[in-house]
Amino acid sequence: MSTETQTVKPTTTSKMVNISGAEAVIKCLLEEGIDLIYGYPGGAIMPVYDELYKYQDKLQHVLTRHEQGATHAAQGYARVTGKVGVAIATSGPGATNLVTGIADAQIDSTPMVCITGQVAKHLLGSDAFQETDIIGISMPVTKWSYQITDASEIPEIMAKAFYIARSGRPGPVLIDITKNAQFEKFDFEYKKCTSVRSYKAIPDINDHAINAAAEIINEAKKPMIVFGQGVILGKAEEEFKALIEKAGIPSAWTILGLSALPTDHPLNVGMVGMHGNYGPNKLTNECDALIAIGMRFDDRVTGNLDFYAKQAKVVHFEIDPAEVDKNVKTDVAVLGDVKETLAKILPKINKNSHSDWMQEFKDYMDIEYDKVIKDDLYPEKEGLTMGEVIKQINEASKGDAIIVSDVGQHQMITCRYAKFNKSKSNVTSGGLGTMGFALPAAIGAKMGQPDREVVAIIGDGSYQMTIQELGTIYQTKIPVKIVVLNNEFLGMVRQWQQLFFDKRYASTEMINPDFVTIAKGYHIEAEQVSKRENLASAVQRMMDSKDAFFLEVCVEKEGNVFPMIPSGASVSDVRLS
Amino acid sequence: MEDIQKFTFSVYTENNIGILNRLSAIFLKRHFNIESMTVSKSEIDDVHRFIFVVNITKSQSDKLIGQLEKQIEVIRAYSHTEDEIIYQETALFKISSKHLYDEDIQSRLKFKRANIVAITPHYFVIEATGLKDEIDNMHDKLKPYGLLQFVRSGRIAISRPKMAISELLKEYS
Repeated sequence: MSTETQTVKPTTTSKMVNISGAEAVIKCLLEEGIDLIYGYPGGAIMPVYDELYKYQDKLQHVLTRHEQGATHAAQGYARVTGKVGVAIATSGPGATNLVTGIADAQIDSTPMVCITGQVAKHLLGSDAFQETDIIGISMPVTKWSYQITDASEIPEIMAKAFYIARSGRPGPVLIDITKNAQFEKFDFEYKKCTSVRSYKAIPDINDHAINAAAEIINEAKKPMIVFGQGVILGKAEEEFKALIEKAGIPSAWTILGLSALPTDHPLNVGMVGMHGNYGPNKLTNECDALIAIGMRFDDRVTGNLDFYAKQAKVVHFEIDPAEVDKNVKTDVAVLGDVKETLAKILPKINKNSHSDWMQEFKDYMDIEYDKVIKDDLYPEKEGLTMGEVIKQINEASKGDAIIVSDVGQHQMITCRYAKFNKSKSNVTSGGLGTMGFALPAAIGAKMGQPDREVVAIIGDGSYQMTIQELGTIYQTKIPVKIVVLNNEFLGMVRQWQQLFFDKRYASTEMINPDFVTIAKGYHIEAEQVSKRENLASAVQRMMDSKDAFFLEVCVEKEGNVFPMIPSGASVSDVRLS
Repeated sequence: MEDIQKFTFSVYTENNIGILNRLSAIFLKRHFNIESMTVSKSEIDDVHRFIFVVNITKSQSDKLIGQLEKQIEVIRAYSHTEDEIIYQETALFKISSKHLYDEDIQSRLKFKRANIVAITPHYFVIEATGLKDEIDNMHDKLKPYGLLQFVRSGRIAISRPKMAISELLKEYS
């Protein structure tokens, strides 16, 4: 279905005489190497669907059960392949249903092109049936958007859309095409876009910044790296590993940086942030140099900025100039593509080990193990914990699976404990925190990497936000593994209610349906586990299955995720209970 | 706390539909009130120039520049403090013709850049150009005569420092 590299034809120009705008849309997708799109048909996009029918041997269309599912599937596909995901929908409600996925892709820098149908040009502004101003609605959450009202605009705009979506800091682009433009005939000529005059995708590298950063890194006695998705998006995993190994720097990840560095790497010291590991949070405020690589100092990472790494010199490797000094004031900003900047700085870095400093991380890890991890992974209480389920999945996957998580407690537990050997293996909604993300994203991930095991780990609340995508799984026979960790609560909100709202559990208890029956209704093999002694075998059956498989695990109802930095507190105030 | 100051943003953009929305959304997202705005063509063919006036802090202004420049169709954005620019506003006052020969109005017209630009039997229109305070002052003085209509343009501003947009465009393409 797809390979690691984008398969784009080497020819730069392709011509066809007198074709419809709708056919041109398909030709553009093919020119960009797209062979798979997700979507949902409707009135204003029907001409394009008619062409999809004709081109179905070249371009697979997956019918999701809701347009939001199409965006998340496209995101899942993009996240595991590094290619541009494509979602397509009709005007009006079809278009508005894309908005959540677009916002998610924007904040998590996911390359995606969304195509929406629109009422005919002469009807624009008339409140026509299923007319909505999707350009206006989506503008604040798109990297770029454009409304095509004339077929002849299609090739240039589509080429520009793909260039903008994938270049620099990637993001979502929305192209709205009026129905008349889909019908109109014109002479098609495609030329790939390689630049946009008002847009500099990658900032120039400043050698002084490289030298200044190298000096800070070389002089540091207690350096610490926090890396984010930039390492993955920049395909800079090897350059990154070479740097940390040479300089011997303990490296912690943000939720989206997860899997850029193998879990077992000796310099991997865990996650930073609200539910991150004890050591990297505590030591953020003790390091003398904080080196941020391809991350954006989200508030869930930094906690209270007034007490964040004030003692440290801050170096920021970043592709997006707007992120520099946005939240944390840097001493040196190294702008550019991390693949290039990390390669450039490597020869200037002295070999080092920082073993005493590294020991401090290990000491904190021992404390965390005693106070939190042991009880999460090897519980002695009766109820199943989310952590032991993840541990069981790790044992079955050996760390080779793509893990797709949704949003909430199960997400934090998954990211804390899931084991990864390979990059682009963690798919989750980080910035937007979109419940309902995982099930459709897992579909996209599995289609993007059909040879790898894809396990979606979802809470009972999140699951019911996009549960209809089971229909997509049934129809496409995509063999994703679905694990619902059911605690019959909106667990993360309930945890906050317990800790900060005197246990007033306002609207967080869920009276749930029989999930196994629902899955079986979609002809998906399904099991439920509620006892520890049955967990390992059930997980093994799921992993051994060649088809889609649903596993519901009934976990303890009021389990909490720790460590935790309370909202508004400093990273130093990370709590273990 | 950082001081709030008046910043004048000059944003050079492509001339495409919808850019105004995209730019104003950036102010909206940060809960910044746009005090005045002007759009016009610029010194470069096909390049438009937006002038926004906003009261914010220096660090807010720096971050805003980053977000504005991040937009695909923005070529470059600059922010200037009051002493870095030369700026003007224009206002029109429509007043009933019965006041045309009032001495007070005549003396108002001595304001260095005020002209009568239209006279009819029923009304006359005064055009005045100057700084915001000057126009405000004139407005206060003319108000007692019953302004039939009043309108003031957004600020137009030219920077004292160089803004090398043409060179930048060459570098981009």
